Amino acid sequence: MIEIKDIYKSFGSNDVLKGISGKFEAGVTNLIIGGSGSGKTTLLKCMIGLHHPEQGIVEYDGREFTGMNFEEKIEIRKEIGMLFQGSALFDSMTVEENIMFPLNMFTEQSRKEKIERVNFCLERVNLEGKNKLFPAELSGGMKKRVGIARAIAMNPKYLFVDEPNSGLDPKTSIVIDELIKELTEEYNATTIVVTHDMNSVMGIGDYIIFLHEGKKFWEGSNKEIAHTDVQELNDFVFASRFMKAAKGKF
Amino acid sequence: MNFTNFGRYLLLLKAVFRRPEKFKIYLQAIFKQMDFIGVGSLGLISIISTFIGAVMTLQIAFQLVNDFIPKTIIGSVNRDSSILELSPTISAIVLAGKIGSAISSEIGTMRVTEQIDALEIMGINSPGYLILPKIIAGITMVPLLVIISMFLSITGGYLGGTLSGAVSPAEYIQGITTDFNPYTITVALVKAFVFGFIITSVPAYEGFYVKGGALEVAQASTRAVVVSCITILACDYLVTQLLL
Repeated sequence: MIEIKDIYKSFGSNDVLKGISGKFEAGVTNLIIGGSGSGKTTLLKCMIGLHHPEQGIVEYDGREFTGMNFEEKIEIRKEIGMLFQGSALFDSMTVEENIMFPLNMFTEQSRKEKIERVNFCLERVNLEGKNKLFPAELSGGMKKRVGIARAIAMNPKYLFVDEPNSGLDPKTSIVIDELIKELTEEYNATTIVVTHDMNSVMGIGDYIIFLHEGKKFWEGSNKEIAHTDVQELNDFVFASRFMKAAKGKF
Repeated sequence: MNFTNFGRYLLLLKAVFRRPEKFKIYLQAIFKQMDFIGVGSLGLISIISTFIGAVMTLQIAFQLVNDFIPKTIIGSVNRDSSILELSPTISAIVLAGKIGSAISSEIGTMRVTEQIDALEIMGINSPGYLILPKIIAGITMVPLLVIISMFLSITGGYLGGTLSGAVSPAEYIQGITTDFNPYTITVALVKAFVFGFIITSVPAYEGFYVKGGALEVAQASTRAVVVSCITILACDYLVTQLLL
């Protein structure tokens, strides 16, 4: 479980996060949603330590992350897997080397064991046999799946996913969403997905927090989101004509 | 502003020299960088050094044409100029362009495509993993390149001088072997060591703190080369002042 308490973050005079709190349980898919510039990615980066909040606490299963020193943070980070918006695969490495990288760094496994783990992870994301390809040879969806394979290579307790559907077609987006949900349940991981994709919200949002102008405006599940009377959330969820037309059918 | 940058540079270096997570992985990265910096630059350094030596011989011959000055002086001036100044400094400036821009753009691209963030999330000390192998490769391979450059520059002087008839082979060889002071090699290698550190660490710093996209990566790359060249020249003066 990850808990955030009263997170504030600003860049110069721009206050991006204004006292965000929330509790993200293990084994369910937690979503952080909101419009562009609402502070979703900044919140995610504060949670994983890429940004330092001016105020507030991030706890990983009761361990206060924000107050830790460099070495202590490294120990927590070994339990974290993350899929970046642009996949962030290492260009100079093959798919196999990308997935094997954390194993090389932090385990004493034999090469055979590592290859087995790589093949298992690739199989898990339906990319068997793509070991020797370079990131430049992969499609956007394949890159995302390799990113997920790399993220799960170390059996993470915490899985962070930043905009998993950006740049993907709707069908591939659903495949990625379902994969994230399956892996969350399989590993009993605490998964936090930052998204503004409504298919993801409706499809996998077990617990959702909605950010607007740096504040938490709403929290609930995908079943509750269609029936909320929070104006800002309605404006976000039912922004398109299609969603407006479909509103009464939820 | 420059003090801020210098402070950040020192803090980055502090992070670079943290204990590596796994020596074996770092060792592999060091060998890879040695190949890139050393073997990859050998051709360029060879061509430049040979021609510089040849041109130097012709210019010395042109400037010292006098019945009172023995032609052997051409060889000894070329030798000392090559060892003390031309080989270390010109090689370093050329390498700052070739290696420095590559390092800056590689790390800068990794920054803007979140690859550095990915390393940090995995619990890896990204400055150490990305920069330390480059610095170690720089401080070992640049002196080796400079030694090769000295040899080729003196050889180039021989070829240029004898082919043009500016100096006879015997006079040139007598010139390069007379009154040789081995301390000049020490000075050159100290310079090469310092330059190797600058050529790798300054561009790495510029790349590591890039913000933005492709344009900013290109700007950082240009800045890396400019700052490296100026720093090399300033350090050249300092080391010469201290050691000679």
